[in-house]
Amino acid sequence: MKLKLRIWRQAGPEAAGRMVEYDLDGVSEDMSFLEMLDLLNENLTERNEEPVAFDHDCREGICGMCGVVINGIAHGGSATTTCQLHMRSFSDGATIDIEPWRAGAFPVIKDLAVDRNAFDRIIAAGGFISSNTGSAPEAHSTPVPKREADRAFDNATCIGCGACVAACPNSSAMLFTAAKITHLAMLPQGQPERYRRVKSMVAQHDEEGFGNCTNIGECAAVCPKGIPLESIAQLNRDLIASLFKADGKQ
Amino acid sequence: MTDTITTNQFWAVGEEIEDTKAPKGVDIDKVWKTRQFQARLVNPANRRKLSVIIVGTGLAGGAAAATLGEAGYNVLNFCYQDSPRRAHSIAAQGGINAAKNYRNDNDSTFRLFYDTVKGGDYRARETNVYRLAEVSAKIIDHCVAQGVPFAREYGGLLDTRSFGGVQVQRTFYARGQTGQQLLIGAYQQLERQVAAGTVKMYTRHEMVELIVVDGKARGIVTRNMINGKVETWTADAVVLATGGYGNVFFLSTNAMGCNVTATWRAHRKGAYFGNPCFTQIHPTCIPVHGETQSKLTLMSESLRNDGRIWVPKKAEDCGKDPRQIPEEDRDYYLERIYPAFGNLVPHDIASRQAKKVCDEGRGVGPAVVEVDEDGTERLVRRGVYLDFSDAINRLGQKAVENKYGNLFDMYAQITGENPYEVPMRIYPAVHYTMGGLWVDYDLQSSIPGLYVTGEANFSDHGANRLGASALMQGLADGYFVLSNTINDYLADAPFDKLPEDHPAVAEARDSAQARIDKLLSIQGTRSVDSYHKELGHIMWEYCGMERTEEGLKKAIGLIQNLREDYWSNVRVTGKNEDFNQALERAGRVADFMELGELMCVDALHRRESCGGHFRAESQTPEGEALRHDDEFLYVAAWEWNGEGNVPVLHREPLNYKAIELKQRSYK
Repeated sequence: MKLKLRIWRQAGPEAAGRMVEYDLDGVSEDMSFLEMLDLLNENLTERNEEPVAFDHDCREGICGMCGVVINGIAHGGSATTTCQLHMRSFSDGATIDIEPWRAGAFPVIKDLAVDRNAFDRIIAAGGFISSNTGSAPEAHSTPVPKREADRAFDNATCIGCGACVAACPNSSAMLFTAAKITHLAMLPQGQPERYRRVKSMVAQHDEEGFGNCTNIGECAAVCPKGIPLESIAQLNRDLIASLFKADGKQ
Repeated sequence: MTDTITTNQFWAVGEEIEDTKAPKGVDIDKVWKTRQFQARLVNPANRRKLSVIIVGTGLAGGAAAATLGEAGYNVLNFCYQDSPRRAHSIAAQGGINAAKNYRNDNDSTFRLFYDTVKGGDYRARETNVYRLAEVSAKIIDHCVAQGVPFAREYGGLLDTRSFGGVQVQRTFYARGQTGQQLLIGAYQQLERQVAAGTVKMYTRHEMVELIVVDGKARGIVTRNMINGKVETWTADAVVLATGGYGNVFFLSTNAMGCNVTATWRAHRKGAYFGNPCFTQIHPTCIPVHGETQSKLTLMSESLRNDGRIWVPKKAEDCGKDPRQIPEEDRDYYLERIYPAFGNLVPHDIASRQAKKVCDEGRGVGPAVVEVDEDGTERLVRRGVYLDFSDAINRLGQKAVENKYGNLFDMYAQITGENPYEVPMRIYPAVHYTMGGLWVDYDLQSSIPGLYVTGEANFSDHGANRLGASALMQGLADGYFVLSNTINDYLADAPFDKLPEDHPAVAEARDSAQARIDKLLSIQGTRSVDSYHKELGHIMWEYCGMERTEEGLKKAIGLIQNLREDYWSNVRVTGKNEDFNQALERAGRVADFMELGELMCVDALHRRESCGGHFRAESQTPEGEALRHDDEFLYVAAWEWNGEGNVPVLHREPLNYKAIELKQRSYK
């Protein structure tokens, strides 16, 4: 396959960025999207030009580190991660636009790599169950109904890639935050801190500069792990409920 | 077995070593309790005056950072990823073992211990493995309390499944994402400590040097991967939890960033490297598709619970649509050769048999060109079928989807084939490294104050590893072992204050900087990746699933030449003071080349077959791996002997008191 790539190049956080065109030949349809970028980078290195910086690690669709906007859609549009998008989804001779996640809360580091540490700070604000090592009761002492366990699980599959933010016109991270809140809220272990958690995580979300949710639904459409939009409804229910709970007060 | 190598230009022999920390003269089930009682404590008020550096945020590192933070120490935690949540523990799929006996199938701590030692082909340290089995049950309790969503049954209790190499059902799982769920659990505990101020987290920082003062580990040098700043960090103890080095093979199931730099730098500073050649080859990976491939993807071993592995009986059927091959023309070779364990034999056996049937010309999938040692080319199909049609007929597609749906989706995504209709194709790939820095029972390396946990150490897996035991070791070390043993060292506090301008600190920083400057100054013609791929080919060919004395000697020469060429002809673009991914890889590949040579030396000296290490010269009449306990019942702990000198071999004899040594059989 032969491709025309238009890639966002930006030397650093403060530098101005621009789209740069590259022709790439010898792409096989079995390659992943990132392997295609590897090939481009090998060519650039041969020409003694600087390779394109992009984030990636596991290349198995689970670490959440990779992520670029491809032809205007986060991860390229088949609700998968960029590493699991394969070149057989493109046709020979295609022009492909490749850009970083764009959001005020995700500053560009270089080219296609952005800083997503804001997600860590949202988790640090309360996305956990306080349970010190060694203090746990026997695992079977708390049965969890399968229905709740499965719902918790469906939300726990969030990989924190940030596609939801990149896709949202408001750059909202509500789907990410809601996934964690719903995961823990469905479990008996998560109840003691439930309302305090939702309040502090949403407060941190806002402080990081993510926008609010206006029910557009782009986030769920691109989520590689299929986190449903209804998780945000769960977040909202818990957030409202927290106003009436003593432990929701801060 | 081959003749003894008489003139030895490859290594020197040093003194025997031993683990002095595991209490002696007590029964195996009392060793850990005794050590816990004997190890000195640090009172809570003094802990806040002490600091610990932890490198790595996977199951071992993240769990250790969270737990030491809870205990009240000042923890500085580093990772090269953009977030601690991305450590490669996240990619483990299948499950985590624990001796809970929830299935009433006669499981016990002793049986988990026994299976693990046997699975490791009797090359793991008995005391460490027993402790692992002992704390395994507590891991499940702790993770459930954190909200890790393990699979459950309708009654609300935890579900379990079975894994290779065992006959009980002790593996706890979370769909095909057990590693992710356990890691997110540890990461949340870590972030809780970050919020509490006990842990300071440094992401996108790569450790590039170890600081050793008066023989003790006192800090690290890092490169800030965003702006290239080379910085020094000091503390009272250092913990390396940096994972394995399977990427020495270039193609592996490891994340692209997994590297050996932290442990290799420590090795060069005096930490012994244990059993470097012990590589686990995982039998159920998606086969290689082409030259530009960057990594291999594992399909969870749990698939072997319901999938049946076969190849055509006749070579001429190999190109056919598998659905057209009638039952009587299929060879379910694992079920045929190992009726008791069938498709659930351990990794090394399943891998070796897959290679064997492909070598016989009965492999499936696209044929690829391979070059023999004598230069002749031949076409070989490198794949075997993993077939779910029986399971789909028996359980229905829905049930199979529930159990393995995400794995099937992943397979379809990568190969473009529908595994519900056509059997999957799998082939062995490099997955996990059982070798690592040598540690004693306390997980302390041969450098006092330097602790090594999880895959980065050598201690718990032997020559092989059973499925679902790596997650167990990572969390056991991180949550329950290190937090009890490191106190004994920290109880020596207060330690001397270390000034920033101490000569050892300056030396470490300067040597790290010099290395970076050197790599950037070469300005040669070949990319870092091209060297890495060439190294990978050498390693897979000569130090992979099957090894010979001749091949290993050849590999050592090839690697030495490649390394020489690297340092004069590599092209690293850009500059240090920038986000420079080529430079990051350049440093890692340089270390892989030195490690690769040591792996070959280790494989050369161990003239026996065991676990994933198969020496063609040492096999039983049936073609199974043949150990030589009379000569090789030891851990090979290698000492760095300076640039240009051969490494020094220290043997740690393995003593099996609780378990009788046997030839491994799964028939």
